[in-house]
Amino acid sequence: MNAAGWTANPRNKWIGIACIAIALIALPFVLAMAGTAWVRITNFAILFVLLSLGLNIVVGFAGLLDLGYIAFYAVGAYVYALLASPHFGLHLPWWMILPIGAFVACIFGILLGSPTLKLRGDYLAIVTLGFGEIVRIFMNNLSDPINVTNGPKGISTIDSIKLAGLDFGGSTRIGDFVLSGTIKYYFFLLAILLIVIVINFRLQNSRIGRAWEAIREDEMAARAMGINTTRMKLLAFAMGASFGGIAGGMFSAIQGFISPESFVLNESVMVLAMVVLGGMGNIWGVVLGAVLLSFVPELLRYTVEPAQHALFGKQIIEAEVLRMLLFGLAMVLMMLYRPAGLLPSAVRKRELAKEEA
Amino acid sequence: MDTFIQQLINGLTLGCVYAVVALGYTMVYGIIQLINFAHGEVVMIGAMVAFSVITALAGSGMPPVFIVLLATLAAIPVCMAVGYTMERVAYRPLRTAPRLAPLITAIGISIILQHVALMIWSRNNLSFPQIIELKSYHLGSSETSATITNIQIAIIVASIAMMIALLMLIYKTRMGIAMRATSQNPQVAGLMGININTVISMTFMIGAALGAIAGVMVGSYYGIANYTMGFMLGLKAFSAAVLGGIGNLGGAVLGGLLIGLIEALGAGYMGDITNVCFLNGFLPGFANMCDTNPNGSLFGSNYKDVYAFIVLILVLVFRPSGLLGERVGDRA
Repeated sequence: MNAAGWTANPRNKWIGIACIAIALIALPFVLAMAGTAWVRITNFAILFVLLSLGLNIVVGFAGLLDLGYIAFYAVGAYVYALLASPHFGLHLPWWMILPIGAFVACIFGILLGSPTLKLRGDYLAIVTLGFGEIVRIFMNNLSDPINVTNGPKGISTIDSIKLAGLDFGGSTRIGDFVLSGTIKYYFFLLAILLIVIVINFRLQNSRIGRAWEAIREDEMAARAMGINTTRMKLLAFAMGASFGGIAGGMFSAIQGFISPESFVLNESVMVLAMVVLGGMGNIWGVVLGAVLLSFVPELLRYTVEPAQHALFGKQIIEAEVLRMLLFGLAMVLMMLYRPAGLLPSAVRKRELAKEEA
Repeated sequence: MDTFIQQLINGLTLGCVYAVVALGYTMVYGIIQLINFAHGEVVMIGAMVAFSVITALAGSGMPPVFIVLLATLAAIPVCMAVGYTMERVAYRPLRTAPRLAPLITAIGISIILQHVALMIWSRNNLSFPQIIELKSYHLGSSETSATITNIQIAIIVASIAMMIALLMLIYKTRMGIAMRATSQNPQVAGLMGININTVISMTFMIGAALGAIAGVMVGSYYGIANYTMGFMLGLKAFSAAVLGGIGNLGGAVLGGLLIGLIEALGAGYMGDITNVCFLNGFLPGFANMCDTNPNGSLFGSNYKDVYAFIVLILVLVFRPSGLLGERVGDRA
């Protein structure tokens, strides 16, 4: 569980961390050689890791099923877009907007969670499922009579992130060396990811994290131990929502354009599949799940369609459809055969095994 | 007044469909306390199968009512098979697992069904061929009075017939007794010689059959089917089941009718209620808005999908047990 528990020898540990750090720093430059598209895909993979880590707090730590998680992502993205685009003529700096986005998403989380978290988990699942769709309906329709979201057309020319004189929107030339905007965002995202992972580990081993774990395993017993279960569940929900909000803000900044199209139910399902595949409650497992499920569909996109043309002479399954089938199948099969995920968290594995017996 | 009656009729029709779908949710919930997220998808598949049959037979010269009947008879076994497989593959192995597990497989199954349907029937809106001539009957003497169409009448009559049949099944047959016993206490029911697995399978299949008929009704009412239609429909029907008190059959019917009425009246009146044009000249900026769009309402009929959800939230806040249900809050 603990990051410090990898090896017995502390020197080996530091060598390992150094190797990983060098690999992560070199990664975008290597990928850029194969094409900038791959760096962009990596950036989106990191965004999905961020999202999955946020959802993991809700689903993995506290054991609450949130099926509309993408709504918080959408809220964060729209907050960023509205406060930093010509749409309202506002151009606030990113370090102000990201916290605002997180805060607004958190408020939405509390509004949604407070009526449902007192009840059994099923209600939360279906209410969040509906909420995801409702947020999308509002985004689609809040353009008339007062134009807030610009409807299905979405919001474009969103400001990019500017940090210490660097504009992340374009390339920077340092001597002979050109640093593209995508690569700069990679490092920015990596930094945020690092912070989020550290926060996650600190949370997991804190009093709050243990309270969540207790609630997940047996809510009655947790309450009997003096844990305010409703408040703790609400905290998990709000915290997951604010991580979603931050990821949404980053999405807006990187993409420069958002529309309700980007926040459909399938996206929520995707994030959930990542958490489930990797292992609910295990931070490294979730990271692995998110990375796997971000890259596999991209590989499919480049292989499945040509392969079908070669084999059958026509396209039978679109890569997009195959991707969703894969996600659905991943969730069902994981729950049936390996409920604790690819990299099970130790506690979770024990718990799931016990209840199955 | 005429508009009101018209919306009432539309709402009642819609409500009957929701009620039939809600029965499927509530039956499964009553027996194994599981929300079958994929139930909406079963309804969608019912509509799709019916679409295929009706399209295939539309030019055959058979009487239209007979074709619709055939379509329904084709949709029912397909949906029952889907319901059975779903239970067998995804829910039965997880019956004793932690609660989160079947919920996750349910959403997985729902996604799989959607995309299998997409592969079979394409991602476009499929419009049903107009084989039954639409007839409207006036409910008054004047030309402007509310109308009811033959399809609406058929939907309402068929729904009532199905509800009666279901009640007979549950309260008059041996199977019904077994189902009620299982819902009260599966272990004890098992000791009494009831094969619980069969009963649960049957419940899923009956729910799916109802869903299939509901699918045919929705398809012929709107004239359109789409692979994503099950999602919103399922959500509304679930809201209906919760409003009535989940696990309670009468509650599902009551909830369905109420949700249908709320949606129709909401779509019909919310636009007028929230029309902001009376603020014209009151606030700067509103004047030119109402020039371009005299119906400058905040919540027009494009928000009709939201009402069921708002009802769901309100019920969960103020009366989580629903109108006719028992307490659910304390079950872990």
